[in-house]
Amino acid sequence: MREARPLVASDVTNVASLARLSLSDAEVERFTGQLARILESAAEIAELDLGDVSPTAHPLALANVLREDDVRASLDRDEVLSQAPSVNDRRFSVPKIVGEAP
Amino acid sequence: MSVFDLAQQVRTKQRRAIDVANDTLAAIDARDNEINAFLHLDAETIRSQAERIDATVDAGGDPGRLAGVPVAIKDNLCQRGVPTTCASKILEGWKPPYDATVITKLTQAGAILVGKTNLDEFAMGSSTENSAFGATKNPIDPSRVPGGSSGGSAAAVGADYLPLSLGSDTGGSIRQPAAFCGVVGLKPTYGTVSRYGLIAFASSLDQVGPFARSVDDAGILFEVIAGHDPMDSTSLNAPAPDVMTTINDGVAGLRVGIVPELIDGTSDEVRDRVVAAQEALVAQGATLVELSAPELRLGLAAYYLIAPAEASSNLARYDGVRYGNRVDAPDVAAMMTATRTAGFGDEVKRRIMLGTYALSAGYYDAYYGQAQKVRTLIIETFARLYAQCDVLLGATTPTTAFEFGAKTADPMAMYYSDIFTIPSNLAGHPAMSVPFGVDGDGLPIGVQLLGPALSEPTLFRAAKILESEAGR
Repeated sequence: MREARPLVASDVTNVASLARLSLSDAEVERFTGQLARILESAAEIAELDLGDVSPTAHPLALANVLREDDVRASLDRDEVLSQAPSVNDRRFSVPKIVGEAP
Repeated sequence: MSVFDLAQQVRTKQRRAIDVANDTLAAIDARDNEINAFLHLDAETIRSQAERIDATVDAGGDPGRLAGVPVAIKDNLCQRGVPTTCASKILEGWKPPYDATVITKLTQAGAILVGKTNLDEFAMGSSTENSAFGATKNPIDPSRVPGGSSGGSAAAVGADYLPLSLGSDTGGSIRQPAAFCGVVGLKPTYGTVSRYGLIAFASSLDQVGPFARSVDDAGILFEVIAGHDPMDSTSLNAPAPDVMTTINDGVAGLRVGIVPELIDGTSDEVRDRVVAAQEALVAQGATLVELSAPELRLGLAAYYLIAPAEASSNLARYDGVRYGNRVDAPDVAAMMTATRTAGFGDEVKRRIMLGTYALSAGYYDAYYGQAQKVRTLIIETFARLYAQCDVLLGATTPTTAFEFGAKTADPMAMYYSDIFTIPSNLAGHPAMSVPFGVDGDGLPIGVQLLGPALSEPTLFRAAKILESEAGR
């Protein structure tokens, strides 16, 4: 586990790229300052000794919820596709994913 | 007029739903250019719902418990065929292909669904200043924010357009705007109200709840929307709490816990009203229990790691493929990046990046992991407190409604306005803001009642007492 350390511009560029966001230089500078301040306030909990405390991910004790395997109405396909940015042959359509072979 | 009386009048033809609809539209028309509570509103749809309700009455039927009662809907709840934006450009123009369960329940109860209300983009914010479509103004003082994120729903009730609206509360997004706009707001126990069709922000914290002019009205709306829903796997498989049967039972013998962590840091005027609220409950037979809970102070920092972490995952779905807007680019990765960069506002980007960072390899344990452990501490702290008291009473917000722009440059200052509301979300507990007087500028002050899971009946009893004592 890495130590919590001050956030720098390259961290912001990196997470922006992971999150599929593109930032201008001015935005990188602004977000770095803001996110660093937020993480400074998080340092108070990062530094706590909580070794014997178990984590809580959810307020309820979640269990899988199952139902009978019977046929039910689902969303109307044409209605769903009517709201998509691009449709081809009754399917969602996207730009190319794989490049040309070299 | 109470919601109960209005529905009764519509049911008995003393008042027609179409007249209620027209009056509501006139009230909105007179003032909403200034207030901007609504993002979407269609007069014809409103009138046709009202006509159907009247037709049911004319045919001898009962339209339901909310017969002809107009209700506004926060625009992060899906309504089939009705534009639903989350106040984000990325969803502008999108029409959901299904109804949220709460929408279905309102329709079945005979309510008139009036329109979609403004919010901070994807419910991230405390002022509605993060809406991509312009902020909502506080109806009590339009130079001030209505609070957020459910600012439009709070303002619609605060401006007296209609008696009821729905909001969602992830860290205070119902209670804080309720306090700022002088209305009642409830964040129910996690799992009592279905999240099916609520567009997810932080799934382990989000909960739908009512805004209302009065405690009774809030209770009726809560009962209408609550209950088990097989479409939400986190819906509690238990009967929804019945709050109306005992709402007038008073607070004799009720143990009211007072902890400095839910009061310290407020303005003097807010503190004075919390003390007055304590006295009002004591005058009706409650007893005060002085306690302390320093762990609650850790909630804010934990929340601002957990909520962004969940948001960064939930908002990955806005990729320009299945719904919403797309910015074209030659390949799919560039298209997704261009779409998200153009479609999300700054606060949403901030939280996505913060969450991505908190979950990233190497930092997960220090941030997200620690925050989850703090969440356990807060749940244990509440358990310790509720062994010694039945409810907690404190402030809803540190201050009354602030001015536009006062906190936009400093995200931490904005986040701090949720300091008292966040712990209940982390624990999944119910909490309620009740109007209790005004400050020297006439701005509403809300006091907050908190209780353990499924304690809504107790919260409503105490809220009813506070409501009757608020003006004294």
